[in-house]
Amino acid sequence: MSREEQMEQARKAYLDEARELLGDLEDALLELESSPEDHELINRVFRSMHTIKGSGAMFGFDDIAMFTHELETVFDLVRNDELRVTSELLDLTLKSRDLILEMLHQDGCHASACQSESERIVTRLRGFLEQAGKRSSGSTADESAAEATELTGSPAEVSTVYRVRFKPDARIFLTGTNPLALLEELSELGNCKIVARTENIPRLDKMDPVSCYTWWDMILVTSRGKEAIHDVFIFVEDDCELSIQEVETVDPNEVAHVGKRLGEILVERGDVNIQDLQEILKQQRPLGELLTQAGLVSSQGLEAALTEQEVVREARVPRVEHKETVTSIRVEAAKLDKLGDLVGELVIVQARLTQLVTQRHDPALVSLAEELERLSDELRDNTLGIRMLPIGSTFNKFLRLVRDLSKELGKEIELVTQGGETELDKNVIEKLNDPMVHLLRNSIDHGVESPEARQAKGKSRKGRITLSAEHASGEVLIRIMDDGAGIEPAKIRAKALEKGLIGSDAALSDDEVLQLVFLPGFSTAERVSNISGRGVGMDVVKRGIDALRGVIKLESVPNKGTSVLIKLPLTLAIIDGLQVEVAREQYVIPLSAVEECVELDRFKSNFGENGEMINLRGEAVPFIRLRNWFNQNGALPTIEQVVIVNVQEQRIGLVVDKVIGQHQTVIKSLGRVYRELDGISGATINGDGTMALILDVQALVGAAVRNVAYAEGGAC
Amino acid sequence: MSKRIMTVDDSSSVRQMVGFTLKDAGYEVVEAVDGKDALTKLSGTVDMIITDLNMPNMDGIELIRQVRALPNYKFVPIVMLTTESQAEKKQVGKEAGATGWIVKPFKPDQLLAVVKKVVR
Repeated sequence: MSREEQMEQARKAYLDEARELLGDLEDALLELESSPEDHELINRVFRSMHTIKGSGAMFGFDDIAMFTHELETVFDLVRNDELRVTSELLDLTLKSRDLILEMLHQDGCHASACQSESERIVTRLRGFLEQAGKRSSGSTADESAAEATELTGSPAEVSTVYRVRFKPDARIFLTGTNPLALLEELSELGNCKIVARTENIPRLDKMDPVSCYTWWDMILVTSRGKEAIHDVFIFVEDDCELSIQEVETVDPNEVAHVGKRLGEILVERGDVNIQDLQEILKQQRPLGELLTQAGLVSSQGLEAALTEQEVVREARVPRVEHKETVTSIRVEAAKLDKLGDLVGELVIVQARLTQLVTQRHDPALVSLAEELERLSDELRDNTLGIRMLPIGSTFNKFLRLVRDLSKELGKEIELVTQGGETELDKNVIEKLNDPMVHLLRNSIDHGVESPEARQAKGKSRKGRITLSAEHASGEVLIRIMDDGAGIEPAKIRAKALEKGLIGSDAALSDDEVLQLVFLPGFSTAERVSNISGRGVGMDVVKRGIDALRGVIKLESVPNKGTSVLIKLPLTLAIIDGLQVEVAREQYVIPLSAVEECVELDRFKSNFGENGEMINLRGEAVPFIRLRNWFNQNGALPTIEQVVIVNVQEQRIGLVVDKVIGQHQTVIKSLGRVYRELDGISGATINGDGTMALILDVQALVGAAVRNVAYAEGGAC
Repeated sequence: MSKRIMTVDDSSSVRQMVGFTLKDAGYEVVEAVDGKDALTKLSGTVDMIITDLNMPNMDGIELIRQVRALPNYKFVPIVMLTTESQAEKKQVGKEAGATGWIVKPFKPDQLLAVVKKVVR
């Protein structure tokens, strides 16, 4: 890679980093608004600015560096309590933050618009300086010089090399202790080399699977002290042999002297006694080799000692580098997508292989296929795990939206977020953005009342919108709640009648009425104020959630508020499915919707005019024959099965020829031609290479319910 | 997937504080009010149990013994909440099969440190 290319890469990394910092800056500023005295936050703001400025100058974003410097100067005063945080200052700072983002997108070019905007802001910033009676410094050169000295490393801390031996009791598992977790924790204290000692593991027939036979020798270089090591083993000190010996203190500023010899180390560790050692040393060959051959030291004991020798040697080399280790790397999203695709393909191929192998009774092939299955499962889980992001990053964006929009509309609203650490697939998070923005706007626009109106109702002047996310049994639940005006079911009903979406005699519960707002055609583009304007474009929101295979539900209590619940699958790439067969074709029903499977009794089911019902423990459940749905003719099997699915408390049956079983399947999207197919949401490839269509349960339920609704009476 | 932790305590304030702290850190929480309640609610994957010792109906020590006797939960980390004055209880708890302990009163950070220690 040429120097230019390297520089270009570094620039790209800076852009990414700066965007992240700007996000953090925005969060901190918004938090500052509610606690303007919080020094921790002020420091956070300052730090973000400082990094943006410093790195900006390094990568040739001079305009950004100059501009941020002005901003930083102001916040330096805030940091030193010479200037107070006011709403005006925050407004300006948020504007500045947006401008910096703009400048980043310009990629360092001097756009005249940015230029004039930045001049305007700088003038106002200097106004703040004058308030505090300071003159602006204007130049960054002297500062950069001062900062350059900061960057040269501080003298390295004194590390100590410890020799740790951890010999757990054989019964240690029975107290729920995981020794590996302890080793992991120990490794976090510094540079740790671990050698597992397995010489005590008995032969398989003598081995008790719940006993722990392994013990460990560790060499740890840490500056955290002996106490920290003891703390790791605090719960197990009575259930193990633990020795923590200091080997030597490494002061990098000392002149390095020769390390200990291997023999010395082995004697110190108690792996060999001094007489044996001297006996052996009379021979002129590498000591390690001699000792192991003579059976005086086990090969693992030798390995542990050699590790110690090496670690001590390494520790002697003075290090002036930063002690921070790289814990994460940036990867382009496209690469992750590609990886996901490849893993999907691999899982399918692996399933085909497994199927083939079961037909040939070759034990070698079977064990190979099993091994591959284990690996590809693990690879799949890991890959999906990599793509998971905490939803909190999007929540923070909404803080800004709520702040700006409520100011614009003259409302007082606070946004409370919960469960920001809940993880979701990157793609799901991206696609969730638009529906969420829509719902939030709705809440701000039509849900939360003006401060005066709230006061008149005896509520607090400040409205509250709560965004929460949580995991629940393999799904994610997202709630958007406001404590605003709520929705009157009667008004919704009247409007649905007017639009011809329901008949005048439709018997719907209030709850069912509320869900009507999601129907396409419920709303018009014009603002409808008489039903508090909800439902403006709610069908678009629902489409977005449907595309994510999610479920959306509206709940509302008049004058108490409205809550929208969104249920989403964790990932779009893989689905737990129930495989069924209809007329020799295979289909997959998403397992999350399946309640149970029953046999269809043809003589008891009721063949109505439009809908058919079965009697499920006294409840009338409409069902759809998938054979009819897909226009499949041919002989019916003697016994048909009904898969009972449940979507949003609507239960229907899907009649299939037979239920094959449960599989995890990789979802493949259908081509454009098939997009509009009713009742199909995607496809997957079976183990034998054939294809199976994935059913869109929601659409099927909708169709079944409509059938019943139009049927007269529709009773069993 | 977030890890599931069961908290067992007859004091609702401690339960709330522990529950809130854990949920805030991204864990899924199952709450139980005493040993008996805990045993009935024990199902599926549980990555850790945090239990008080003095409780009505079934105390923490007995709960630890009972859980250790269940094949599915034999190796689940169980951490007991003790007070400074209960040093001998600590020993009894360890013998019953407890993984570790947290001394009351504790701060949220201390609780999370112990959770991170045993739930990996």
